Amino acid sequence: MKERFDVIVVGAGPAGLAAAYTTAKAGLKTIIFERGEFPGSKNMFGGVLFAHSLSEMFPDFWEEAPLERALVEERYWLLSEDSATTFSFKTKSFGQPPYNGFSVLRAKFDRWFAGKAVEAGALLVNETLVEKLIQKDGKTIGVQTGREDGDVYGDVVIVAEGVNSLLTKELGIHEEWRGNEVGVGVKELISLPKETIQERFNLEGNEGIAMRILGTTRGMTGGAFLYTNKASVSIGVACMVEDVSNECVCPNDLIDDLKNHPMVKPLIAGGSTKEYSAHMIPEAGFRSIPELVHDGLMIVGDAAMLTILITGEGANLAVTSGRLAGEAAVKAKENGDFSANGLSSYKEAMDESYVIKDLKQFKDFAGYFHSNRDILNLYPSLLNGIVKQVIATDGLPRSEKIERAKAMLKEKKSYWQLMKEAWHGWRSIR
Amino acid sequence: MHLVVCVKQVPDATEVKVDPVKGTLVRQGVPSIANPYDMHALEMALQLKDEHGAKITVLSMGPPQATDVIKRSISIGADDGRLLCDVAFAGSDTLATSYILSQAIKEIEKTDPVDIVFAGKMAIDGDTAQVGPGIATRLGYSLVTYCLGIDGIDTGRSVIKARRQLEGGCEVVEADLPVLITVVKEANEVRYASLPDLIKSIRSDVTVWNKEFFELDIPQCGLKGSPTQVKKIFPPPPKDVTPEIMNTGETGLDEIANTVAEAVSKAGIL
Repeated sequence: MKERFDVIVVGAGPAGLAAAYTTAKAGLKTIIFERGEFPGSKNMFGGVLFAHSLSEMFPDFWEEAPLERALVEERYWLLSEDSATTFSFKTKSFGQPPYNGFSVLRAKFDRWFAGKAVEAGALLVNETLVEKLIQKDGKTIGVQTGREDGDVYGDVVIVAEGVNSLLTKELGIHEEWRGNEVGVGVKELISLPKETIQERFNLEGNEGIAMRILGTTRGMTGGAFLYTNKASVSIGVACMVEDVSNECVCPNDLIDDLKNHPMVKPLIAGGSTKEYSAHMIPEAGFRSIPELVHDGLMIVGDAAMLTILITGEGANLAVTSGRLAGEAAVKAKENGDFSANGLSSYKEAMDESYVIKDLKQFKDFAGYFHSNRDILNLYPSLLNGIVKQVIATDGLPRSEKIERAKAMLKEKKSYWQLMKEAWHGWRSIR
Repeated sequence: MHLVVCVKQVPDATEVKVDPVKGTLVRQGVPSIANPYDMHALEMALQLKDEHGAKITVLSMGPPQATDVIKRSISIGADDGRLLCDVAFAGSDTLATSYILSQAIKEIEKTDPVDIVFAGKMAIDGDTAQVGPGIATRLGYSLVTYCLGIDGIDTGRSVIKARRQLEGGCEVVEADLPVLITVVKEANEVRYASLPDLIKSIRSDVTVWNKEFFELDIPQCGLKGSPTQVKKIFPPPPKDVTPEIMNTGETGLDEIANTVAEAVSKAGIL
C-alpha cells in the first residue's frame, strides 16, 4: 500500500488505544490494526480498571464511558477447606469522583475507547492481523498484514498486541516466555440480578467490590478473584503455567474448585454462566520486561509484560504506558528522529512513572510465592485453624486455647522458620 | 449493467438468546453482522462485475449503525451504497420492508436503470425469505429464488440463465431481465478485502436516505404498515434426550460402534 502513516499501532486494547488517541490528538497520522471484529471482541482481563490512568486523558470519563460498578471495597480472603479469614477495606469515598477503580466489561469499554481514538483522527482497521514487522537496516519501518496489498509503512510502530507478542519475539527482542514468567487465567462471567448482587455483597447503587482470594489453587502459585459488574460477577483464577503443567491440573478444574468452595458458592448461587474465557497473563513482572524502545519501535501494555498481580493492576499500566509511548512519538515527530534515541523519552517517562517504580518494588514477589509453596499450601488452613481455636468459645480457658494454638503452629513451623519466611516476604516488596 | 444488492444488518444469531421471562429477544451487547446470505448475494454480483463489468449499488434499511454493512460491501467491491433510515420505517414487517425497498429501487432506477436486484435467500434473524420475492412482485420483475449461480446473460434477448438449488438437485432456468435473484450460501465463497480497499471503505461516506428522499406512502411504512404482529417469542422446549455413557473397558469399541450405528439408523438420521 502506498499511503504512509506517522504512527502504526498494533492492537486496539487499552494500551494501543491510549497510544493512538495521544498521537492522533496531536495531529499525527495514526492507524490502528485490530485482529478482532471490533475492539474488545477478543480481549480478556479480570475486570478492574483503576481510574487514575484514564482520567489523565479524559477527566470525568466516568460520565460517558460504559463502566460497570465503582469499586468501594477491596476484600482479601484466605480460604481453607471450609473456613475463611477476611481482610477488607471499604470506603464510601471510592464511590464518588474521582473514584478509585471500576469493574469494566471489555466488549463495551474498548469500543468506547476506540471511538475516542477515531474521533481524535485515528484510522481504526478491524479484522486485520499484523503478521510481521517490516525491518530495514535493523530499523522497524512498517508492518505486514494478512490482507492483500497489506504492507503499511510508517515512522514508528507501537506494539500493543498483548501478552503473547509474536511480533517482538520474532525480532528476538525477547525469548518465548517460560512457564514461570506467565500464568494461565480462567474466567467466567456469571449473570445475576442486580438486586441480588447488591444484597449479597452489601452494595448500594453503582457500588462494587473487588475480592482477591488465596488458598483455592491446590498450593500452586496463583490466586483467584471475584469482581461485581452491574448484573453479573466476573470470577476467575490464575496460576503460574509451570505449576499447572507440573501438577497436570486442568485450569478448568481450578475454576470449578473455586465456584464450589462453600464460601464462594452462595455468592454465585442461582447465576448462569454467560461467558467462559481463558488467557495468558504476564506474571514475572519487572524481570521479564523487554527493552521498551528500539529504532522505529515501541512496546506497550501486556506486550511489555506490565502487570502487578497482587494489586490486580494491568489495564491501568497499559493505559499509562500507551499514553507515554504516544507522547514520545509526538516528540520524535517534532524532532524528526524516530530512532531508539529519538524515542527514548518513552523509556525515561516510564522509569519516572509509578509503572516501573511499582513493578520494581514487586519484582521478587511472584518468585517469593513460587519458592515458598507453604504460603499458599499451608498458611491459609493454618491461619484459619488457629483463628478458629482462639475464637471458638467451648468452655476451655483462654490461656489453654492460646497454648493449643501455639502448638498447632509449632507442629508445622518453627518460630525461626516463620521469621525467616516473613523476612523474605518483607524483602520481596522492599 | 447496473446491479442492486439488498443487504440487511442482523444480530449475530449465534449469540442471541430469548429472555425466558419476558419472551423477547435479548439484543443487548449482541454484535451486529451483515446477513451472511446477503454477502453471498453480493459476491454473486461481484463475480458478474468481474466478468462483464457492472456498477453495484448496495441498499440497506436500518438504524444509523447499519452503515457498517454498506461499508463492508464497499470494501469488497460494491461501488455505491444507500442506507434507508427513518423512524417512520421502524417496526416494519416484511410487507412494509419490501414496499420501502422497492420504492427506493424505483428512485434509483430514475437515474440509473437496474438490470438485476440481488438479495440473500433470507435473513438469519427473521428466516422468512419474503422480502426478496416481495420486492420482485412490487417492481414487476421476474424472480429466481435459491440461486446457486448465474450461467450466462444474453443481453440481446435480455435473458439470464441461472441455476436454482432444489432438494437433492439443481434446476436451470431462464428469466427475463430485469430480475430479482435470491442467493443461497452454497453459491460461492465471499471474498476478503485488500487493505487499500478496506481503508477506502472505512473512510467512505454512506448516503443516507430518509423518508423525504423518495416517494413513499407513509401509512404503508413502519409499524402502521405492518399487518404482522409478533404475539409471543419462546425458545423451543429442549428435547428430552438423556445421554448414555458407555464404558469402553467393559464392552469394547466394536460393540459401542455397533450400538451407535444401530441407534443412528433407527432414528432415521442416515
